[in-house]
Amino acid sequence: MQNLIIVENLSKNYQKKEAVKNINFTINENEILGLLGPNGCGKTTTIAMMLGLLKPSSGNVKIHGLDIEKNRISLLHKMNFISPYIELPKKLTVMENLIVYGNLYNVKKLNERIEYLSHKLRLNEFINNQTGELSSGQKNRVSLAKALINEPSVLLLDEPTASLDPETGDFVRKFIENISKEKKMSILLASHNMDEVKRLCKNVLMMNNGVIIDKGTPDDLIAKHGKKNLEEVFLKLNRKENELQ
Amino acid sequence: MSYNRIFGLFLRHYFLIKGSLPRILDLIYWPTIQIILWGFISKFFTTYSDYYNNTVGVILTCAILYDFLFRSSISFNMLFLEEIWSRNFTNLFIAPMRISEIITALVGTALLRTLIGLVPAILITTPLFGISILNLGIPLFFLFLSLYIFGITLGLFVSSGLLRYGPSFENIAWSSLFLLAPLGCIYYPIEILPEFFQNVARGLPLVYIFEEARSILVNKVVNYSNIKDAFVLNAIYLFIGISLFYYSFSQARKKGSLINIGE
Repeated sequence: MQNLIIVENLSKNYQKKEAVKNINFTINENEILGLLGPNGCGKTTTIAMMLGLLKPSSGNVKIHGLDIEKNRISLLHKMNFISPYIELPKKLTVMENLIVYGNLYNVKKLNERIEYLSHKLRLNEFINNQTGELSSGQKNRVSLAKALINEPSVLLLDEPTASLDPETGDFVRKFIENISKEKKMSILLASHNMDEVKRLCKNVLMMNNGVIIDKGTPDDLIAKHGKKNLEEVFLKLNRKENELQ
Repeated sequence: MSYNRIFGLFLRHYFLIKGSLPRILDLIYWPTIQIILWGFISKFFTTYSDYYNNTVGVILTCAILYDFLFRSSISFNMLFLEEIWSRNFTNLFIAPMRISEIITALVGTALLRTLIGLVPAILITTPLFGISILNLGIPLFFLFLSLYIFGITLGLFVSSGLLRYGPSFENIAWSSLFLLAPLGCIYYPIEILPEFFQNVARGLPLVYIFEEARSILVNKVVNYSNIKDAFVLNAIYLFIGISLFYYSFSQARKKGSLINIGE
């Protein structure tokens, strides 16, 4: 299977802090890779470098064989991102936001695309409402529609189900699972929800203090560390890492 | 450059303005109050000042021109601040937009915002004070264009600061034009300034623009060398402004300020 994303020796140093230290991983076509780690471990920094929002101190990110630093604009056409920490303009209606982002991503047949996403993500009942008036579950679905407006082959998800009720969370997880299979997307999923990661991801990276401290399939990691579930593996690895620090 | 992407960013702000009556009123309110205030001051000076007594509306015309500059600069800054306030900044920079497309879209949108605010204010000057800015004739177009370029340039300087330093730069966004106003010689000739400040002021296009407006209204003489000097200085500042914006974007990518700029 082809490596769609290759992260090689990637590091980011701020003045006094090494946020990410020489990490390496790959994501195949049609693969969802989980990225687990405590707050401040370097997950968002890694995602930001993959999106070209942050310049690496060393190393590189290759997507479709191209270096993001040298091909930022052309690669961003094929990528998208969701995070609960960024929002769409609240005073614009859902439809207006999708029109704006459809244009920013140069989407052909935009009306058809919006119609398709509205149907798939059940946006029709509030498509003409202001985005700021929606519940967090509805906003999350709108953000997902925005992230899929350009039919990306690479999707970066930073805690996509944070603060969602169980039913909406389940809807979003099912949706991600289905769309990744249908469209053969490569997805990086950063999450604190261990069940979600176990359910969706073929492989998992465990990150702490800017380094990848372990990796493997969820079942292999559980077996390797002799634990009952991924959460216990996470706690064990992080406590051990923090003691070493 | 992609027309779609430029249009997309324009639409983002057009939808925002179109959908909010308070925003439209806010755009119109301040220029109108400003023009009415300067209209009465202008009337007073016309009656009691030797310098102005032959020329109705010099002050009011200059006030309108200055407000055009002020609105264009603030509009450009506001477009950037709107993205920060709505926590949409990251979404904008992960979209495949070139810096040149962002600047072009903001320049066009800032003009729309400026005109929404200023056209009603200009229209009321004739019935209220019997003055029309159109008395400046064809050079009016060049004066407006020159002011708009300088306003956008100041907007680029401030937006560069916002990109690099985030919302903490917001106060400078509001105060930037007040700093230049005394040196711009908007309501008085450059000779009023102390010599040192005269030298500084000659480095700004504003002096030539307002000198020209007064020359046309007071002496009925069009001096195209003033307009040319203003455009030459504008070209230099615009080049610096665009370069600074690119540099700030590059620095923001190094320092990580694009990630958490809304916080």
